[in-house]
Amino acid sequence: MSDTVTLPIPAAAPAPVLPAVGPLAATATMVRRSLRLGLRNVDGLIIALVLPITLMLVFVHLFGGAIDTGIDYVDYVVPGVLLLCTGYGASLTAVSVSEDLTGGIVDRLRSMDVGALPLLTGHVVAGVVRNGLSTALVLAVAVLNGFRPQASPLGWLAALGLLALYVVAMSWVSAAIGLLVRSPEAAGGFSFFVLFLPYPSSGFVAVDTMPGWLQGFAEHQPLTPVIGALRALLLDQPVGDDAALAVAWCGGLLVGSMVASAALFRHRFH
Amino acid sequence: MAAAIEVDGVTKAYGPVTALDGVDLRVARGEVAALLGPNGAGKTTLVRVLSTLTGPDAGAARVAGYDVVADRREVRRRISLTGQFAALDELQTGEENLRMTARLRGLSGGDARRRTSELLGRFDLVAAAGRRVATYSGGMRRRLDLAAGLVGRPEVVFLDEPTTGLDPRSRQELWHVVAELAAGGATVLLTTQYLEEADHLARRITFVDAGRVVAEGTPAELKGRVAGERLDLVAHDPGALDRLAARLGDRAVGLDPETLMVGVPTDGTAAHVRALLAEVDADGRAVARFAVHQASLDDVFLALTGQAPTIRPTGPTASEEVAAHV
Repeated sequence: MSDTVTLPIPAAAPAPVLPAVGPLAATATMVRRSLRLGLRNVDGLIIALVLPITLMLVFVHLFGGAIDTGIDYVDYVVPGVLLLCTGYGASLTAVSVSEDLTGGIVDRLRSMDVGALPLLTGHVVAGVVRNGLSTALVLAVAVLNGFRPQASPLGWLAALGLLALYVVAMSWVSAAIGLLVRSPEAAGGFSFFVLFLPYPSSGFVAVDTMPGWLQGFAEHQPLTPVIGALRALLLDQPVGDDAALAVAWCGGLLVGSMVASAALFRHRFH
Repeated sequence: MAAAIEVDGVTKAYGPVTALDGVDLRVARGEVAALLGPNGAGKTTLVRVLSTLTGPDAGAARVAGYDVVADRREVRRRISLTGQFAALDELQTGEENLRMTARLRGLSGGDARRRTSELLGRFDLVAAAGRRVATYSGGMRRRLDLAAGLVGRPEVVFLDEPTTGLDPRSRQELWHVVAELAAGGATVLLTTQYLEEADHLARRITFVDAGRVVAEGTPAELKGRVAGERLDLVAHDPGALDRLAARLGDRAVGLDPETLMVGVPTDGTAAHVRALLAEVDADGRAVARFAVHQASLDDVFLALTGQAPTIRPTGPTASEEVAAHV
């Protein structure tokens, strides 16, 4: 074989250069990947299933008796628990994104010309699916514990649509956090924040029972209009300007965090 | 035919750390070339520039005939990168990882399946194809990662420290794969800290230290310029060590007062060792013990550059750390 060294290398059958993969095809592949990873992450799945059931039972049976909101507490608390569980589920996106960034996968993807959008969209879509399960579970446990929604089909559609928008927005916020922090552990800290954000809102107790300094935050934080709109839609009551405010908040967070994610990705890798 | 890799005066700094300081490099098509150097020498940064992951601050580089900045999309369609961190999902099986990469490379579902089973066979992973990567050994992961890099039949293959952390048998297996790749006509640029590895795999070796090319040539040319082995002398006491070091002068390598040890290059023959001992320890009172070792990378650097490689702590150092995470 040593004589081959001195001969010109025979032109190895020049492999045809592959067509670049389109962004849609790449996104579909990355969505499948994230769904598969989500399904196999047993710890995450157990939390996604146990958290809704536990929280619903804790609020209705443990705290509910001591809280007077003027209506059945289970009817009052469902939107708050929904946002708590789905918010937590969405926040896990930060961990998945951060894990990808600390491993070699992003380098491989970038060297194949697959950008940030397919990767992050994959994680967000997987998060939305996971949260669909959590939502169904929260509603089922609520109904078993006396929740009697009055919503019309259109009201249901609007409520689920708003919830989906909230989940997508929180997932993108979380993706941006995942790009911002330096380790999956730090990304996990974001879940903690999201778990507490619904408490100072109209989700679990009426805002006017809070101390004055907290009322200002609770009245104006983004979750309050989302909870207000969800509650009104589910109980078939007038929604007022909560719906518009909720959509504006979620839409704003969504657009803002997508732009921030793109900028953070570029900043981190160029 | 143009070179597969052409690098002209590339510099790259990460904040205050100069990772590349005017690097020139040529790799012909179909050649296996090695970048050899200690941790933090800039090897990883150069691979990142060439695989379009980071842009050079100055200078230019072309891969497969395309500029890595202006034509980066064209470059990306013709290369593969297997980095130090495996680009694999632990929760996916080997087969799923490969199929995913194939789809991202633009193969149709059927083609992706065919290419996947072809690569699983070639990398001896058929039996493990249906197992999750989490259950794989280090060597299997490295092979799978390399296979994933090859789904698109790249013209130029970058391997960043492909055998670091592998046991000797896995290293041998990987060497075999690289040799096969080269036989198939691909251009391969690999980085390594091991002289032996560069020697075994590459037809051209480029020594890199502190962001600069310090020597370049075929393994035979380079080995001709360095002593193959090193004689380590252990002194009886610190005073004896000082006397030995003084007599060795410029030839002393790796003086270590802690272990009372000092090294000196040798060709390893009994005659040379005997002569050295007679020269530095004529009265037989200074040297307590001695041992002859294969020349280390440090010795090679010393011989080629006249100075020890820039001392850095073990483990990833500032510039490589930055390169890996920025």
